[in-house]
Amino acid sequence: MSNVFIAFQKNEDSRAIVNAILADNPGAIVSDQPAMVKIDVPGHLVVRKSTIEEEIGRAFDLQEMQVHLITMSGNVDETDDEFTLTWHQ
Amino acid sequence: MQIDLRTVSITPLRQTYNHIAERLGADKPASRYIEGTMNVQPDANFHYRPTWDPQHELFDPRRTRLVMQDWYALKDPRQFYYGAYTQARARMQEVAEADFEFVEERGLADRYDDAARRKALDFYVPLRHVAWGANMNGAYQCAYGYGTAITQPCLYAGMDQLGIAQYLTRLGLLLGNQGELEAGKQAWLQAPAWQGLRRLVEDTWVLKDWFELFVAQNLVLDGVLFALAYKEVDQVLSEQAGPVVSMLTRFQAEWGQDANKWVDAVMKVAAAESPENKELLSHWYAHWRGRVQQALAPIAELALGADGADALARSVAAVDGRMNKAGLTLA
Repeated sequence: MSNVFIAFQKNEDSRAIVNAILADNPGAIVSDQPAMVKIDVPGHLVVRKSTIEEEIGRAFDLQEMQVHLITMSGNVDETDDEFTLTWHQ
Repeated sequence: MQIDLRTVSITPLRQTYNHIAERLGADKPASRYIEGTMNVQPDANFHYRPTWDPQHELFDPRRTRLVMQDWYALKDPRQFYYGAYTQARARMQEVAEADFEFVEERGLADRYDDAARRKALDFYVPLRHVAWGANMNGAYQCAYGYGTAITQPCLYAGMDQLGIAQYLTRLGLLLGNQGELEAGKQAWLQAPAWQGLRRLVEDTWVLKDWFELFVAQNLVLDGVLFALAYKEVDQVLSEQAGPVVSMLTRFQAEWGQDANKWVDAVMKVAAAESPENKELLSHWYAHWRGRVQQALAPIAELALGADGADALARSVAAVDGRMNKAGLTLA
């Protein structure tokens, strides 16, 4: 199964997003680069609003994530509560 | 000339401070909140004990009967350090200011129903003295408390209360005039309906145990009063005369929700620490719950008449429900 990935700029908000992704995706592989964090997961990656809110300590609109987003790969499925990346095969 | 570009990756020698890494269990990046909060409390080399309290060190965890293994366990789920706190409040204030401006520009205060105006002025304006009392208490908790995780948000809450007193003052000036503030003060000092609450506020000023003060002020008084004032009374005024007062008390309504999140989290951790803590907190809660209910009864009646008792009971039940969840034993 090929990986899906998502990459964020490194900042205070994206740290909470990355921590939430790591909590929700046990298979995640983080690559910490200068000014960027990239997360690879085999097959399926989920970003949950509720987990981010716990990490960041305030209400979070999933669309805020776009501000910190650098790139991603995979087919996107987005709702108010979840953002998922998968490969439709 | 040929230039070769190559990528050099410089890995930082450390991700965070040593004392933070020790707490996190590994050297990994920590949030600003954690870095700005953990181990900030001075705990050594105090030299002399204060002459005004020679039983204790200058900063001493024994100024409350509550015992915590680690005072930094009482973290704020909102993750407020100075920067995050001021930004969050600036956002709330911007919205509240816009509401005040709207009411002023459209002349909504002038056209407000006179019976509702009287009720709003009689009920809300004296509450600015309660808010000032809460400001004093927030400062006390911060001064005599222990552990930055808890003292920091206590002071923030105290400063917020000062802002709330100012918003109530502006409500009085917008719906009435300078004379209403003086009348509100006279009611606070003289009117029989307010004397129970005034006594309660003044009694909290002389509490020595800062965590008991936290329970009395931030949990019970704020919890019940904000539900009563900015939910129950607000709803009735809104039905009677439209949402003008709701707009002018918007900051308080939002602040109450925000503060509850923090208070609930602190109570939950403190109660889970040990059976002794749980018993102590339940005892404090029961004591102040009774006093607050008694003190607020005439005020609820002042604002809501015969429905006041039910509204107050609902407000108290809401705090009971929160404390049930936080793990206290309710009598």
